[in-house]
Amino acid sequence: MKMRLLALAFLLCGTLAFSQDYFPENAGVKSKNNNYMAFTNAKIYVSPSQVINKGTLLIKDGKVVAVGSSVTLPANTVTEDVTGMTIYPSFIDAFTDFGIAKPKRAEGGGRSAQYEASREGFYWNDHIMPENNAVEKFTYDTKSAKKYREAGFGVVNAHIQDGIARGTGVLVALNDMGTAGDRIIEDESGQFFSFDKSITSRQSYPTSLMGSTALMRQVYHDLKWYESGSVDTKDRSLKALAKNKGLPQFFAAGGNGNISRADKIGDQFGINYIILGAGDEYERIESVKKTGAKLIVPVNFPKAYDVSDPFAASYVNIAEMRHWNLAPSNPKILADNSIEFALTTHELSSTSDFGAMLRKAIERGLQKEQALAALTTIPANVLDKSNEIGTLESGKYANFLITSGDVFEKETTIYENWVQGQKHQLADKNIKDIRGEYTLNAGGNSYKMSLTGKLESPSIEIKKDTVKLPSKLSYKNNWINFSFSTDEGSKSYIMTGLVTKGSDALSGKLIMPNGNETTFLASKVDQFSSEKNKNESSEQVAKLMNLTYPNLGYGYKSKPTPKTMLFKNATVWTGFEILENTDVLVKNGKIAKVGKDLNGGGATVIDATGKHLTSGIIDEHSHIAGLSINEAGHNSSAEVRMTDVLDPKDINIYRNLAGGVTTFQLLHGSANPIGGQSAIIKLKWGEDVDGLVFPDMPKFIKFALGENVKQSNWSSYSRFPQTRMGVEQVMVNYFQRAKEYDALKKSGKPYRVDEELETLAEILNGERFISCHSYVQSEINMLMKVAEKFNFRINTFTHILEGYKVADKMKEHGVGGSTFSDWWAYKYEVKDAIPYNAAIMASQGVTVAINSDDREMSRRLNQEAGKTMKYGGVDEIEAWKMVTLNPAKLLHIDNKVGSIEEGKDADLVLWTDYPLSVYAKAEKTIIDGAVYFDKDLDEAQRAAIQKERAELTQMMLDEKAGGAKTQKPVQRKKRHFECNTL
Amino acid sequence: MLKHKNLYNVKRDTLNVTPFNFKKMKNIIVILSILWGGLMLAQQTPAGPQSEPMAIEGATAHLGNGEIIENALLIFSEGKLTFVGSANARIARPAKVINAQGKHVYPGIIAPAKSLGLIEINAVRASDDEDEIGEIIPHVRSLIAYNAESQVVESMRPNGVLLGQTTPQGGTVSGTSSIVQFDAWNWEDAAVKVDDGIHLHWPNAFKRGRWWMGEDPAYKPNKDYSDEIEKLKTFMENAVAYNSTQPEENNPAFEAMKGVFNGEQKLFIYADREKEIVDAVVTIKDAGVKHVVLIGGYQSYKVTDFLKKHNVAVLVRRTHSLPEADDDDYDLPYKLPKLLTDAGLLVGLQNEDASNFQTRNLPFYAGQVVGQGMEKEKALQLITGNNAKILGIDDQYGTLEVGKSATLFVSEGDALDMQGNQLNHAFIDGREISLETHQTKLWKRYMGKYNSQK
Repeated sequence: MKMRLLALAFLLCGTLAFSQDYFPENAGVKSKNNNYMAFTNAKIYVSPSQVINKGTLLIKDGKVVAVGSSVTLPANTVTEDVTGMTIYPSFIDAFTDFGIAKPKRAEGGGRSAQYEASREGFYWNDHIMPENNAVEKFTYDTKSAKKYREAGFGVVNAHIQDGIARGTGVLVALNDMGTAGDRIIEDESGQFFSFDKSITSRQSYPTSLMGSTALMRQVYHDLKWYESGSVDTKDRSLKALAKNKGLPQFFAAGGNGNISRADKIGDQFGINYIILGAGDEYERIESVKKTGAKLIVPVNFPKAYDVSDPFAASYVNIAEMRHWNLAPSNPKILADNSIEFALTTHELSSTSDFGAMLRKAIERGLQKEQALAALTTIPANVLDKSNEIGTLESGKYANFLITSGDVFEKETTIYENWVQGQKHQLADKNIKDIRGEYTLNAGGNSYKMSLTGKLESPSIEIKKDTVKLPSKLSYKNNWINFSFSTDEGSKSYIMTGLVTKGSDALSGKLIMPNGNETTFLASKVDQFSSEKNKNESSEQVAKLMNLTYPNLGYGYKSKPTPKTMLFKNATVWTGFEILENTDVLVKNGKIAKVGKDLNGGGATVIDATGKHLTSGIIDEHSHIAGLSINEAGHNSSAEVRMTDVLDPKDINIYRNLAGGVTTFQLLHGSANPIGGQSAIIKLKWGEDVDGLVFPDMPKFIKFALGENVKQSNWSSYSRFPQTRMGVEQVMVNYFQRAKEYDALKKSGKPYRVDEELETLAEILNGERFISCHSYVQSEINMLMKVAEKFNFRINTFTHILEGYKVADKMKEHGVGGSTFSDWWAYKYEVKDAIPYNAAIMASQGVTVAINSDDREMSRRLNQEAGKTMKYGGVDEIEAWKMVTLNPAKLLHIDNKVGSIEEGKDADLVLWTDYPLSVYAKAEKTIIDGAVYFDKDLDEAQRAAIQKERAELTQMMLDEKAGGAKTQKPVQRKKRHFECNTL
Repeated sequence: MLKHKNLYNVKRDTLNVTPFNFKKMKNIIVILSILWGGLMLAQQTPAGPQSEPMAIEGATAHLGNGEIIENALLIFSEGKLTFVGSANARIARPAKVINAQGKHVYPGIIAPAKSLGLIEINAVRASDDEDEIGEIIPHVRSLIAYNAESQVVESMRPNGVLLGQTTPQGGTVSGTSSIVQFDAWNWEDAAVKVDDGIHLHWPNAFKRGRWWMGEDPAYKPNKDYSDEIEKLKTFMENAVAYNSTQPEENNPAFEAMKGVFNGEQKLFIYADREKEIVDAVVTIKDAGVKHVVLIGGYQSYKVTDFLKKHNVAVLVRRTHSLPEADDDDYDLPYKLPKLLTDAGLLVGLQNEDASNFQTRNLPFYAGQVVGQGMEKEKALQLITGNNAKILGIDDQYGTLEVGKSATLFVSEGDALDMQGNQLNHAFIDGREISLETHQTKLWKRYMGKYNSQK
């Protein structure tokens, strides 16, 4: 090893010596310093895994020449003996906006949205800006560089943190002495993406996360088309995107499942993004691990909430409190799961907090070697610069830290941060360590004095016997000045002295309270020990709360699993008849048997005497469990997918389970004539996104008609259509285009993949079904005629409040109706909405479902079905079907769910009472044979929430009492979405 | 759906700044004229005064005070109940007797704190008279804007909701409400209690960020909370001072407050969280207000002793609403009326934060509490006897008692449950009212069409 290093050193020596510059010099005569610099007797971390205990680091011209335990130094070497000190490669932050001015928010905000792009010659969407190059907007920021260096960083990567496609980054060494020519290590360091629109443009599309996702996909399709030379015009965005393809691709995804969302885009187009997380990866570590992506992770661990006011504290959710408790463990959990990650200062309010945050992560079990890798070799690797930065191997930049010891310890001082061989001093490394225990003799009395804390700025404590005296200390340029006072501050003793290398004792001049001058002497009786100090002050090891599925108050400790169950003696609503005193056996997630006196073998027997067992409720129209609902940026958004924005953490999933709901269709909103692709979900509380999706989910899309798509009820006058006449034209035009598109595609000729038209072509080909938001009879009739013209059928009219006026036509067309039980009068188009609608449509043979479109009503859909008995006299079997078998039919899942039949999915609800009654409560809700809601379990959860809240509150109070900074109580609450939520 | 009031208000604000637009104006005029045409034909013709005594015999009578009479006999004459008792009673029946064997009789349900009759279609601005400009406007009176021919009001009746407190919305002090019955030619006929109370929306100690302005939508402490309370205190103090003299110059707002200080009117305060409830009650009682009613009271179950001590009744929020926080019991809104009743408070039910059309679901809001273990008769009380008491109309309405108004209905079954709520008859002050509505007419019209096609 030694020999090899040496050999390499000489080799490099040679090359370095011959490097020639080509700049003229007019400020004097050329006088280049070609000397070597060596640091000897240091503990050197060449890389996170390679440590030399007593070694030499030899540098020249900004690069490492050699490193090893025995390095031969050329004659022209300036040597510094740094015995006792440690040298680390300096840190690298791959995700910053260092030196980049904050983009300016677009002015304006008129009454109408801007639909067109603001630019010409670029991509049609302003938020796609791959042509941006951070280096063009970059100005070296000395002040900010200093802060980064103080935190241990030597190189940072910056990009313009704005827009969905953000262009390239710039990799900068924080070398104050150099020029841009020295500092800029790479001017196209990677290509950056995110889900967030640019603030510099008001172009409306995309307005949602699913829109951003769809846009990213379309950009890649369009890139392919552009690269094939099929586009006549110049598109500088796509041109840049193509050019940057070979660079590392970064995706600033963020939290809440976005890592998986970004990864999914990459999977489709064969790109391995390096993904920025948000610090909540621990919550869904399995999903994160599954992506296989390299991550960049912030250490923005939240401050404790100030819970001293119980009224205010009651606003804070357990989920937030728990995140405070668990977030510092995030890096350790990532490491434990072998996920490769770099750490970043991103999201920290101040770079100077970085060290403290890092120490928290290490206290939670992140290995120091892992921490060092996350700050050196891994960021170097993701930036594709492992050959230049990240370790102290010869030939790499001489970017290193000289510290008093372990860089991850609180007491450690970073003396110097060398960047490209240039010294940036943070503290004087020749300063003598005066920390320790002393006996101080002053004015004829003896005191106990202890100096602790940071080496370069120790803190002082002086005691007379056991009484602590007020005291102060400053230590600068080898002089110490300190004072203490006695007699309640009335008598001050002021001392000053020069610290000398030769002696451990401190001595010098003393000014007595009466003004007399004399001398003092402090003799060292004990060495400073950070270990000892740590034991005294270090907090108790925090109790870590349990992660739940999903991770909030009502999450489960483990995911529910299918069980073999036998319901005895229930009143069973099969969907076709009501069977008294009947047993139902559940096995392997399916309904195994329905009959009398069944024997379940080893099944858990549930006495259902006096109770009603039904199949689970199915809601045809729901907007819960979505992170966004409308992509309102275009009048057609067929390309967006609700499956891209599933939110398994929505508490309304749990609340719906408590109301007997087992399946629903998460529909796009009604902002556009052509909405987005639906998700059909099983309410498997605790599963992540993939676990929620209905197996072999039939393909649906939301369409909409009427006031919402015309934008009648708010001030928007610029978007087509503004009338029902225009709505027809939109529909016809899109279907015609889809038809032409499909014909081209099938012809085998080259074509541009258009996700929007792909989706619409699926409708024409009978592979995707429409559920259309509709109110008045004219528009209902219109859409049926448009569909007939294109030779397909509308599957479902949802809301369909005037369906009763055209029920005969609906029957003839073959479309189902999914309606509210009794809503009306909230807008002009529901003036003629009547609660008899369901009954009338059903009487004409239309398949009718009762839906919710409302997170509250959905948990009482059994009652809403009950209302059809009141309004129009629907019989109980038919009424019950309207929230079970009928919506299952409309969703094309009635072969699996919607009734109690042997072989169907065991999606069941046990009710305390007649299920259509307002008095009925769900006692158990079962999906695929696993219990997802249980009244007794719910009671236990309540108790657990109270206990956990009390524990976390106490921890936060302790944290505040310990002097830590806190934040004001805040209640994070999801916005509630409805059809027209934009 | 455009159904959330507050969201809608936001959107309306943006409409205010819209410059004049001829095309739009034309549309508005068109909408207006259509609407006006519709409203002209609106409600069923109000019934005339009770012309002869009547009896209802054989039904289960739910008196609205917690009591129940099986096989009951009710007799009423000139709009008043003259007999309420068992059908076994040997007393003379009037000529007109409704045989209600197997059916149920209930007092008319009362809907507090609604803007019924003040707005017809939420999204049609021209039909909206529920929220006047101004933060503290107690002098603004709902009664004179009450549309006695509202189709929405009409739709209350087939579900047994026969009376309501028509209430101005929005602002801090929204204005003065009145209590009306739902079968009238005009607002004067409709009035049951004129200017019964003033409505005060207590400031929030926490506020949600305005997400549509790009703010974090989380709830954060409201920096202005104490200032907002101070403003209200100052207003109250000045109102008291003003009303203790014969002022030379009239101040309508101060003058309008007179009734809440001399006890003639009630003050309805809207507050949901523990802190706001306590702040509101203490501040208002200190200011010298005699009768205070709490509306909403999401966290009132945490301060029941306090509310009892201050003799504050609660008009609790509708049971068909969601818990406020992720960690709250999923059924907290369902059981809240029971928690308060069990603690010994006087409790009524309202649905002020819902769209008006939802008010016909009041019987089911009460039914929901039965699922939580409340007795049915007690649940009925929440929307009849107790609401009457809290609104101060219990001398005439809310219960079936001799001497009180014959405002009641006969239902085929249990009126608190969806399947049972089928009205055969309804009476307001002894007048038998029509149970037809715009909605039943459309139902019959289209069923007629389909039947004739067969």
